[in-house]
Amino acid sequence: MQIELTPQQIEQQTYFKTFVEEYVIPQAKLHDQQQHTPPELIQRLAQQGYLGAIIPKEYGGGEMEAITFGLLCEQIGRASASLLSLLTVHGMVCQSIMRWGSAEQKQQWLPKLASGEIIGGFGLTEPNIGSDAKSVESVAIAHDDHYQLTGHKKWISFGQVADLFLIIAQCDNKPTAFLVERKTAGFSTKPINNLLGFRSAMLAELIIDNCMIQKQNLVGRIGFGFSHIAGTALDHGRYCVAWGCVGLAQACLEASLHYTKDRKQFGTFLSNHQLIQHIIADMIVQIKAARLLCYQAGCLKNSGDPALIMETSIAKYFASQMVSKIADNAVQIHGANGCSDEYPVQRYLRDAKIMEIIEGSSQMQQIIIAKYGYQSFLREMRKNH
Amino acid sequence: MTADEITEKTKSFLGKFIKVEEIQADEDLFAAGLLNSLFAMQLVLFVEKEFNCKVENDDLDLKNFNSINAIVGLITRKIATA
Repeated sequence: MQIELTPQQIEQQTYFKTFVEEYVIPQAKLHDQQQHTPPELIQRLAQQGYLGAIIPKEYGGGEMEAITFGLLCEQIGRASASLLSLLTVHGMVCQSIMRWGSAEQKQQWLPKLASGEIIGGFGLTEPNIGSDAKSVESVAIAHDDHYQLTGHKKWISFGQVADLFLIIAQCDNKPTAFLVERKTAGFSTKPINNLLGFRSAMLAELIIDNCMIQKQNLVGRIGFGFSHIAGTALDHGRYCVAWGCVGLAQACLEASLHYTKDRKQFGTFLSNHQLIQHIIADMIVQIKAARLLCYQAGCLKNSGDPALIMETSIAKYFASQMVSKIADNAVQIHGANGCSDEYPVQRYLRDAKIMEIIEGSSQMQQIIIAKYGYQSFLREMRKNH
Repeated sequence: MTADEITEKTKSFLGKFIKVEEIQADEDLFAAGLLNSLFAMQLVLFVEKEFNCKVENDDLDLKNFNSINAIVGLITRKIATA
């Protein structure tokens, strides 16, 4: 067993780092304050091929393998958690169409999603429905040649600008997935501002008022919208978020290393104080542990191993808990400075908290992981008796 | 690959989630509340990796997944048409 990036992966990683340091990090504070991501930045991501990273080459994508894509998410997360959420939700729509879309849907949408001509949005959460996602209240009524869709979605990342939404609604009381275009009559969005974190992720509510959806916009089959289509999307989302947490935590560490090398208290640099060293050491170890979990999930994704579902959940859970704690400590190290917008760590802390909530809260991951633990334990017990 | 070999591999996989020795081959796995959506995704990945075939959107039918016999039937058809 050898855990080592290939020369190609290292080359890509260097390229991603250079990109975010040139185009994302310098503007991240401004975008956070303005609660806006300019279309020019989204277009720049598209030009780099990042929006189509996971899409097969036959549809104009980059067909990036899972570890390299993870390294991309890590670097985007290091620069801006809000921008990471674009990569996340756009990828969730791409992944769902790639996995469960019809041949026509793949031909129609994947090239446009790959080029950035259109942006994807993921519509699962509602005002009354969060973790209990399969109980969405949006409703689709089947007619002869179309579905009539009515519902209200909330907390939709990049909902203000996305063009194509994957919407989960009940059809015959069964969770079902539909592709809904922004231009559909009866569809509108309402911006959500002043959130704790993800301030430039341009969240929105989606109002779906008796939208007529063509039959061919059904994704998969009726009744499989949550278990398979949203399940595929959320697995991809958790993978992006896990890697993004590693990147965000790395940013916290780098800010803390920089600050403690420059700042003096009690006549010596903070870096010479053992209690500071304790915090820095824990940051380094926790980030390494989370990164290894991400590598594990990525390797399983590359091989298509069923275990990838659980390992991705474990990576997301650990990484989001980890980054929340590390961002908290980064602010602590910075003291009052860390609470001001002169330093980025306050943004990191606000964004880190969101990581524990999106794509399945920490508590939902705990339920899944504990259940897996009992299943594994009981299986071993049965084998041994 | 014979039907018996497919059945054994399928039972071995299902044994990670349920007491497969207590389940009848035609017993409805989902109706009995034994399995959840996370299992559903893992089952798709198992079929594809273990038997080198692709589960398509047209295969999304509970009748293909709701019992040991149903899963084995789906795999057998997939292998035959691969």
